[in-house]
Amino acid sequence: IICCPPPLQMQFMLLFSRQGKLRLQKWYVPLSDKEKKKITRELVQTVLARKPKMCSFLEWRDLKIVYKRYASLYFCCAIEDQDNELITLEIIHRYVELLDKYFGSVCELDIIFNFEKAYFILDEFLLGGEAQETSKKNVLKAIEQADLLQEVRLGGGDLHGI
Amino acid sequence: MALKMVKGSIDRIFDKNLQDLVRGVRSHREDEAKYISSCIDEIKQELKQDNIAVKANAVCKLTYLQMLGYDISWAAFNIVEVMSSSKFTYKRIGYLAASQCFHDGTDVIMLTTNQIRKDLSSPNQYDTGVALTGLSCFVTPDLARDLANDIMTLMSHTKPYIRKKAVLIMYKVFLKYPESLRPAFPRLKEKLDDPDPGVQSAAVNVICELARRNPRNYLSLAPLFFKLMTSSTNNWVLIKIIKLFGALTPLEPRLGKKLIEPLTNLIHSTSAMSLLYECVNTVIADCCVCVKTDTCPRPPQLCVQKLRILIEDSDQNLKYLGLLAMSKILKTHPKSVQSHKDLVLQCLDDKDESIRLRALDLLYGMVSKKNLMEIVKKLMVHVDKAEGTTYRDELLTKIIDICSQSNYQYITNFEWYISILVELTRLEGTRHGHLIASQMLDVAVRVKAIRGFAVVQMATLLDNTTLLAGSGQHKSICEVLYAAAWICGEFSEHLEDPVHTLEAMLRPKVATLPGHIQAIYIQNAAKLFAAVLNGQQGTPDCQTMQESSQLLIDRLPLFVQSADLEVQERASCILQLVKFIQKLQHKEVEVGEEVTALFAGELNPVAPKAQKKVPVPDGLDLDAWINEPPSESESEDEKPVAVFAEEELRHARPHHTEVDEKELARRREARKQEQANNPFYIKASPTSQKDSTGVEHIPVVQIDLSVPLKVPGMSTSDKYLKLEEERRQRERKERGKKEKKKKKKREKRSGMGRRHDSGPESEEDIAPAHMVDIVTEEMPENALSSDDDEKDPNDPYRALDVDLDKPLADSEKLPVRAHRPTNILKSPADDGEVQEVPKEPKKKSKKEKRDKEEERKVRLLWLRCPNGEIQCTCTKSSKHKKKKQKKDKEKEEKKRKKQHGHSGDREGEESVQNGTLEEEPLPVCDIQGNLQNGSQVVVSIIFENKSTSFLKSMEFNVLDSLNSKLQRPEGSGPHDGLTVPFQLPPGVSNEARFIFSVQSIVMPQRLKGTLTFIVKADDSSTHEKLDFKLHFTCSSYLITTPCYSDTFAKLLESADLKGTSVRLQEVSLPFHHLLAKICFHHHFSVVERIDSCASLYSRSIQGHHVCLLVKYAHQTVTIDAKCDESSLLGNVLEEIKKTFSQS
Repeated sequence: IICCPPPLQMQFMLLFSRQGKLRLQKWYVPLSDKEKKKITRELVQTVLARKPKMCSFLEWRDLKIVYKRYASLYFCCAIEDQDNELITLEIIHRYVELLDKYFGSVCELDIIFNFEKAYFILDEFLLGGEAQETSKKNVLKAIEQADLLQEVRLGGGDLHGI
Repeated sequence: MALKMVKGSIDRIFDKNLQDLVRGVRSHREDEAKYISSCIDEIKQELKQDNIAVKANAVCKLTYLQMLGYDISWAAFNIVEVMSSSKFTYKRIGYLAASQCFHDGTDVIMLTTNQIRKDLSSPNQYDTGVALTGLSCFVTPDLARDLANDIMTLMSHTKPYIRKKAVLIMYKVFLKYPESLRPAFPRLKEKLDDPDPGVQSAAVNVICELARRNPRNYLSLAPLFFKLMTSSTNNWVLIKIIKLFGALTPLEPRLGKKLIEPLTNLIHSTSAMSLLYECVNTVIADCCVCVKTDTCPRPPQLCVQKLRILIEDSDQNLKYLGLLAMSKILKTHPKSVQSHKDLVLQCLDDKDESIRLRALDLLYGMVSKKNLMEIVKKLMVHVDKAEGTTYRDELLTKIIDICSQSNYQYITNFEWYISILVELTRLEGTRHGHLIASQMLDVAVRVKAIRGFAVVQMATLLDNTTLLAGSGQHKSICEVLYAAAWICGEFSEHLEDPVHTLEAMLRPKVATLPGHIQAIYIQNAAKLFAAVLNGQQGTPDCQTMQESSQLLIDRLPLFVQSADLEVQERASCILQLVKFIQKLQHKEVEVGEEVTALFAGELNPVAPKAQKKVPVPDGLDLDAWINEPPSESESEDEKPVAVFAEEELRHARPHHTEVDEKELARRREARKQEQANNPFYIKASPTSQKDSTGVEHIPVVQIDLSVPLKVPGMSTSDKYLKLEEERRQRERKERGKKEKKKKKKREKRSGMGRRHDSGPESEEDIAPAHMVDIVTEEMPENALSSDDDEKDPNDPYRALDVDLDKPLADSEKLPVRAHRPTNILKSPADDGEVQEVPKEPKKKSKKEKRDKEEERKVRLLWLRCPNGEIQCTCTKSSKHKKKKQKKDKEKEEKKRKKQHGHSGDREGEESVQNGTLEEEPLPVCDIQGNLQNGSQVVVSIIFENKSTSFLKSMEFNVLDSLNSKLQRPEGSGPHDGLTVPFQLPPGVSNEARFIFSVQSIVMPQRLKGTLTFIVKADDSSTHEKLDFKLHFTCSSYLITTPCYSDTFAKLLESADLKGTSVRLQEVSLPFHHLLAKICFHHHFSVVERIDSCASLYSRSIQGHHVCLLVKYAHQTVTIDAKCDESSLLGNVLEEIKKTFSQS
């Protein structure tokens, strides 16, 4: 039995492919690995079983699931009962736009091979399940500057032991 | 661009980077597991290297593998290492890995506190940002407490980038450490006016989330938010504010009125659907409040109109949400929704199943007496054409839900309903046979007027058994036969041809049904038989009787052979009974009456909560001890017992007096058996009697004329629909004339009080086809009217329900930069007295208590050690010698402790061992690992008798844990105690040793135990008990082992050891004293010492090497440690840290 976690704006976000392969997962509630796996398996199955013309919302346990398919990837969020489904769809869309801007017409492979970047972008956009920055420009600026920092540091970096 | 350069440079450095791993995984589809396990082996090698870049690469790969579902918790410590790298590149990877795989149970989290604090105060805003982001995923109560103050400071950071993150993460901190809410709230409130819109919106977010959980405390902020709402143009912020108001209005209805206008404006003006939807939802919620307080300005007509537009939209999402919101309006304004019935019915044809289901939900609330039949007809059409059993089953349950809701309130014609149920039985492969069956039973039992019709229908069903049982795999539908058989048996007086039905019930094919249904068949065949006998009584023709007896005798043997016990037992019982009856028949004895008596009595349904609602009689306190005087708290308004008992007696069912005692007992048995298999429970009560007399006065037959009761073969519900329409028309015409008569009727009906007359006026005009008598469910007298709706005590937001306007007390200020700020100890002179810390979070209190306790134990041991002695143990101490010293010291200490026992400050320590009972002996123990056996620990305990009485028969027992077990002599059970091999005269002490077997030594252990003994005084002896806890620290598994410096150096070089480090601040001891302390308490020996730097070594009983490098400068001690078992090391370091944090 999964005990009900404290509800937040967004409980978790999953990205998975049409084949049901998980591409990204972000949990905003503390759950054990076992529970996470169980939820993921169950949700991927449920969402993939839905027909293409069906609406993007479904009720699942005591949560609401909002999902949308972009090309071969499903973006899937879980929100609480009183939360706004449409704004969640907007958040998903905004995230896709960010990925698109960063990678330049993003495709599934970009996310597979640079999954840590996908996480960094998500973390700049959402924090603890809340949207922290509504301006796309600001998010991308933050990411680019952090990347730059990485590059500079790496260039002059030395390898040292303990 | 930047990305490419980074990628390139990583490529050059490492053999296999993340990209290679991903590529590898993709090309090894067939043997993925094998490939990954080889990758993990590689990663393990990489993690052993000292190069942080290699480590970071390894951790990055692990993060990817974690997503694929592989366990990487074993690398938690390496993740911490990468997190603490000074390079942003690696730090970022470390924090990402931590945020993906750390959770409350990850033990290395406690090692990260200082690192995170360092990162939070880093001059680089991205370091801070990355730490905040990570923290938002894995913050624990401990981290929240230790870092709350740092994060609060960041809320006023110069960079909005940091402020924004700090504000958002505060919400997580509040949840984990509710004490931080009051001190941090003023600053959070300030952020609502932040010049940066991002920070402002973050503050709105957090306050909104807080207010949704405990709105009462945020009412005072309403004007501020009102201003924000009218001025803000950011839709995201607006949505949050509107949501917040949605939470506040139930508490302040005036607010609702004030909101209507701006919300209406927004609804009219906005183009954003999400905002529109939020507004509509809030207006609906407001109206719910208004309805309750009778101040509703106007029905939400505007909302319904807007929702209609949404539902008509081609976008499936809007359609779905429109229906969802509509169902909320339905609860308060059913009429304004009912006019859109057409739209909802239209949605039933939608291709999207989730939309159809929503529409079904809406229909449930939209039915009235007038439209029920029409709606159900439409649903039946859908049932027929529905593809996929899931949706069809959903439709079926909805039909039954709709019809049976509020006690069948909307059903005017039960014949129609029975026909619907019968039609539903023809559905193939449904899973809801039992649902249909229970409806049939419920209606037949509770609607007396319908029984005749129902019995005829059920008889037809039984006759068509082949239809049902033959149709194959999905057995669920046979459940209907259970109901059919029972109804035919119980109400057999309504059967047209009981003999035929009897024959139908005993066909050989019945034997293929599930056992519990066969059992019902047999029992009810017996009932039918009784009815046949009774019916033929007095007629000269006794052929029918003999035929039916013969039928039973012929057919029952098949069931006597049944494999189902219940069937077998009933069949053989009834077979013998029938044989006996046949004998009597041959002698021409009249038996009909006697046989009928076996099944006499009427059944009435009992409310599901009847038992629970029986009030506890006055004077009976269920919690009180039986032999002690009852408690004083008794309510006075309840009736005394006598009344209750008397009434029961008065209404008891009259017995058949002529039956003898034996017969009675047999009947009781038969009855009991039947009860066990019946969904209804029989109980005699006043209401049932009233009902059965009342039913006679209802003019049932008169109106029945319009509907033919006997429908040949299977009925179709459509027939009833048509008839019903005709009837209604006719009635409408005649209404004028019969006005008077009807009034009378209605009076009678309301007199019975069986139905709710809550429908709208127009509904009332529709008279039911026949006056149905719904037997109310029985309730005990004085039934308690409502269930208490208690608040959930486990609500995580309860702790956040605090008054935010009260001024802050000193005790509430957030802890600043201290590892264990709550453990404030007084001077050594009065050690043992632990100050109670006010307002400790509840969850933590246990842990804190443990800390305190431990602190005390350790403190007692070292405080009295003269320096010289410790020095001696440091350099080279033989185990025995040390032990002896220790014991001696313990004895002294114990006396000290005893004195403190008198000081009286024992609050919160009741569960802690020694000292609650003044005269009792105080065991003091020493825990030592056994060098010869890696899984043994020897615990030496000194028992000293401080009382003036003689103590004997001491028994020592410990509650074993999975990991640690007390070794008991062979032959004794796992819970037996061990006898202490001595007795204690007053003032004498002695030592006993106990051996424990321990499996894993990497974690500290805590065992509970008891000591029982007999206290022998001059004139009497009493049995006493003393509870204690044994604490096996990880240090106690270490054994002081000398080590030469060259061996030590070799050890450090070997790759097997994993390293970590701790930093102790503000240590004011001299360095040699410090070393002595570590050696003494944690069983280390000094290998080498140069100035203020020393290396120490120890070995665990299972052979783990533990190496320490202790450096001392400016009151700060850094301990770099290495060990081949990282969690053991972590625990030992934690214990060392604790030792020093107490000073």
